Amino acid sequence: MKKRLVSLFLAGAVAASLLAGCGGGSNTSGGDKFVIGGIGPATGAASVYGNAVKNGAQIAVDEINANGGINGYQIEFSFQDDEHDPEKAVNAYNTLKDKGMHVLMGTVTTQPCLSVIDYTNEDGIFQITPSASAVDVVKYNNCIQVCFQDPTQGTKAAKYISENQLATKIAIIYDVSDAYSAGIHDGFIAEAEKAGLQIVSDESFTADNKSDFSVQLQKAKASGAELIFLPIYATEAATLLKQANDAGINATFFGCDGLDGILTVEGFDAALAENVILLTPFAAESEDPTTQAFVSAYQDKVGEIPNQFAADAYDAIYIIKGLLEKAACTPDMSAEEIGSAMLEALNGFTYDGITGAAMTWENGAVNKTPTAVVVKEGKYVELD
Amino acid sequence: MKKLLSSKLSKNYMITFGIVIVGFIVIQLLIPTGLLSSTFQGLLVNLCYYVILAVSLNLTVGILGELSLGHAGFMCIGAFTSAFFTNAMADSIESDFVRFLIGLVIGTVAAGVFGILIGIPVLRLSGDYLAIVTLAFGQIIVNIFTVLYVGVDSHGIHIALTSEGLGLEEGGKLILKGAQGITGTPRVATFVIGIILVLLTLFIVLNFINSRAGRAVMAIRDNKIAAESVGINVSKYKILAFSISAALAGMAGVLYAHNISSLTATTAKFGYTQSIMILVFVVLGGIGSIRGSMIAAIILTLLPEYLRFLQDYRMLIYAIVLIVMMIATWNPTCKAFLAKHSPKNWFKKKKEVK
Repeated sequence: MKKRLVSLFLAGAVAASLLAGCGGGSNTSGGDKFVIGGIGPATGAASVYGNAVKNGAQIAVDEINANGGINGYQIEFSFQDDEHDPEKAVNAYNTLKDKGMHVLMGTVTTQPCLSVIDYTNEDGIFQITPSASAVDVVKYNNCIQVCFQDPTQGTKAAKYISENQLATKIAIIYDVSDAYSAGIHDGFIAEAEKAGLQIVSDESFTADNKSDFSVQLQKAKASGAELIFLPIYATEAATLLKQANDAGINATFFGCDGLDGILTVEGFDAALAENVILLTPFAAESEDPTTQAFVSAYQDKVGEIPNQFAADAYDAIYIIKGLLEKAACTPDMSAEEIGSAMLEALNGFTYDGITGAAMTWENGAVNKTPTAVVVKEGKYVELD
Repeated sequence: MKKLLSSKLSKNYMITFGIVIVGFIVIQLLIPTGLLSSTFQGLLVNLCYYVILAVSLNLTVGILGELSLGHAGFMCIGAFTSAFFTNAMADSIESDFVRFLIGLVIGTVAAGVFGILIGIPVLRLSGDYLAIVTLAFGQIIVNIFTVLYVGVDSHGIHIALTSEGLGLEEGGKLILKGAQGITGTPRVATFVIGIILVLLTLFIVLNFINSRAGRAVMAIRDNKIAAESVGINVSKYKILAFSISAALAGMAGVLYAHNISSLTATTAKFGYTQSIMILVFVVLGGIGSIRGSMIAAIILTLLPEYLRFLQDYRMLIYAIVLIVMMIATWNPTCKAFLAKHSPKNWFKKKKEVK
């Protein structure tokens, strides 16, 4: 019995040390490169966003490396898959830590981000998320956002509508099962009251019944709404616009950045989106030279027009570069030292990017002005 | 007692416990040396709850002999009830750990109660029908937690289908926010707690199997009519085994909720995909073999993380490895080869020499 116990112990020890050996040695980062980690869904249902971010960020990294890097050091960008799962995101984070990550660009989606911030906060690693838009994402001070927070988008939309007197009677159709949609909806309702807008119809749908919007559209029509607010994503909006056209609704449609990409939805007749207004931080058709350069680089690399996620990621990498340069960081500093130096550098830091000019940050939330664009003859045209 | 310990069965149990304890000690010794990667350390608690899930499902599938595809649904109940409790009581009970312990009891009991409630109608069915109903149950649970808004204020708990419908008074707290789930649960779960719960699970399951009730359950599995004819109350024992299995899954859910601070009822985490994943642990480890499901759960949880170097091909290779492992453990030729070269033989030979 004793012998058996001893051999059991030895077998266990060998097995455990084998497991440990798998990743233990790779903790050295070399000190001659900045390691930027990325986390997002590269597989699964949300992979559209993860891959856009991965590609957008890679373009920025390649550009920076070709132009001499940050403070003279090259960047190594490592993107890890989280399958849009908080648990996997934490695993991905630990993997990146083993790779000697200095700064984290991620995560792409909100729920995984909420679980990762606990860890970056503990480890003092600076985190910038391109697209996780919930308010709680920036509850610790080590994480900043490139995208708007959901309620902020709703507020900005309501303000824009009332300031430009687009309409006073407004109907809303939103996805109650989606945090992004519900967040914008709540922000919009709160601001609409103050801005003197009248919500005449407030209808919702869920992810499970997003193929038929006739009931919601009929209610909006019956209520006499002049404008229908759609804080939803492009794929659902495409179906909705088609059905609205069939029902003969001629109200103005107004959306947020989720509608970006509606003209390229598969099987969608772009003529149906005529006169749809979007309040978005990024428009791929903008004449800004930086945007144009990014769009053509993205098309060369990926073969499609970049969406807002890709643009946010591109900006995120340049914001990291700006902060690292301002703080004069070098790769031989620890991730924690770099983190606190970057946070300090964030004070008074402004950045002009392709998703907004003169971005500044307050408690982690970004401050930038979205542009309103309207669809005219199958193209986005900027509104003044 | 002496008799019990010397029996072959108990020796087998001691080895199962031994593996867990030795593994725990080795890892604890290795942590301060810095030899363990962050990836591995981050996975320690995950391993614990996957082991608990696999072992508890083995009770239903291996010992009771019924196919359940709703195991993740019970995990979901445990996770949400306990996370709700720890968040709701954040002001009244200061210590995170005390709240976690009470939450652990609440989550486990809630899942167990649901196990009984579901078990009463469902266990009248068997085979494929039971599998389909448990599958549906799992999906219902996930969908319910996706639409519910739950908050607390001085009047008690409010439940509604929209955030406005709650009617919370000033200072009330909205905890479960529909599709956005519960966020901000304290991360209390540690490897030590995880291992204690694994040992507790093993203790409960192994003792149950070796008890009068366990033998009755296995008799029902092997021949229901024969079992009935000797006076075994079939429904009672079926529900007993099913609800113990559900309660343990709820316990794993509590551990999950307190390891990850954001909790949402997604199908990937609590729906049929997860249930089938747990079933894969059980089948790969060998139906009815507790130690086997433990080892399979550990290997299959670590594998996708250690395949990260394959980048885009990771999940593809993972699937292929899974198929190869299934074939290798069930093919008679492969089995014979493994049996011939198994470490067990080393001990046997030594004994003969003696």
